Amino acid sequence: MRALIEFYNSSVGKKLIVGLTGFFLIAYLIIHLFGNLLLFRSDGGAAFDIYAELLPQVVVIRIIEVVLFLIFIFHIITAAYTWLLNKQARGSAYELQKKGETSALTSRTMLLSGSIVYIFLVLHMRQFWYVSRYEAGEHFSMYEVVRATLAEPVYSILYIIAMFLLGFHLKHGFQSAFQTFGLRDKKYASLIEWVGVIFWLLIPIGFASMPIYFLLNF
Amino acid sequence: MNFKLKIWRQYDRNSKGKFAVYNVTDISPDMSFLEMLDAVNRNLAKKSEDVIAFDHDCREGICGSCGLYIDGRAHGPQRGVTTCELRMRHFKDGGTIIVEPWHSKAFPVIKDLVVDRTAFERIIQAGGYISVDTGSAPEASSLPVPKANAEEAMDAAACIGCGACVAACKNSSAMLFMSAKVSQLALLPQGDPERKRRVQKMVETMDREGFGLCSNTYACEQECPKKISVSHIARMNREFIRAKLF
Repeated sequence: MRALIEFYNSSVGKKLIVGLTGFFLIAYLIIHLFGNLLLFRSDGGAAFDIYAELLPQVVVIRIIEVVLFLIFIFHIITAAYTWLLNKQARGSAYELQKKGETSALTSRTMLLSGSIVYIFLVLHMRQFWYVSRYEAGEHFSMYEVVRATLAEPVYSILYIIAMFLLGFHLKHGFQSAFQTFGLRDKKYASLIEWVGVIFWLLIPIGFASMPIYFLLNF
Repeated sequence: MNFKLKIWRQYDRNSKGKFAVYNVTDISPDMSFLEMLDAVNRNLAKKSEDVIAFDHDCREGICGSCGLYIDGRAHGPQRGVTTCELRMRHFKDGGTIIVEPWHSKAFPVIKDLVVDRTAFERIIQAGGYISVDTGSAPEASSLPVPKANAEEAMDAAACIGCGACVAACKNSSAMLFMSAKVSQLALLPQGDPERKRRVQKMVETMDREGFGLCSNTYACEQECPKKISVSHIARMNREFIRAKLF
């Protein structure tokens, strides 16, 4: 236990925690996306409704929910704490600093992109998760809730922007985690970049296709 | 060539600094940045004014003494050069050049453009060495080192400790500097017996000295005059995780 606390207190340890928790979170994204693809079945949402109704009845899912929530909080708190420490370490700002010439914008704006994704997530949970758990009536259809919400241009555009920012966050986050784990060796750097495309490009596009689908009223 | 220089002036560690403007004329494009500053200082000395303090020693890019934040970049706009190797031809004639000291809590300004980099010394003192008795020069093949390892260790050993990595990092992190030493010694058989203790002590000291954490922006690699790769940071992370948890 003491070794673990010591590890967390070190700079490298904290970064490892941010990376590891981030990995759990993106692993969930894959499962979430595949489940949601049922929205595209041309059965008027019947399959999606069954899926949405079954989910909370599975004990493992309830456990994963709680674990995921804790991991998410841990990810945010640790990342915000490192940001604070980094701000202190810098001290005064330069009169002129051409950061754009030496590093990528995505790598310098992780706190900002992460914060916006977080705000989006609170809204997302309120709109779907909370409604399905606590406001579901007799003839409740999750498909209908999703369709009605995403048919609203305000929300669908917001969802698309949020997915863009998620991609932005993961563009840096994915490969950065490998660097922190000590696995981003020269040999694997390009492989990591390529696998990263799945997470920062394909998965956000997959999610964004849902608001686009309902907005265009297919 | 003519330039307008905006240079940070600060009397000592405790006083508040400010920018001063100097107009310099008749600068040869082949002059190094430090030679240009020498010219400014000669003029200041003639007028009995306080000359601009800056660190320098070998003036051939190997000692790591010089290091200025020039026009928003550590060691100026060129890649893979120290301030002393930077030539004035890379600047626009008649333009303004902003010159600042390294900015970092762990590198306090001593005077003008000179910062206190002894925090680096303390990181090295914490474990950046081999304490086993290596004796006199051994037989060439008595301690086999694979060619690739020797090359990579040599690349890491190229670090001159100038501090550009810290200066360029938005978090003022010393990870590239520290990892270069950890990586160099981890790659060689001589460094093996103390590898666990070394990495833990060096990370601990780096954190205590007030350097920031690594965000993997890789700005350090871009600004390093010796082009030291961030793959050494990955190796150091690996060493640290292994030493702490396994």
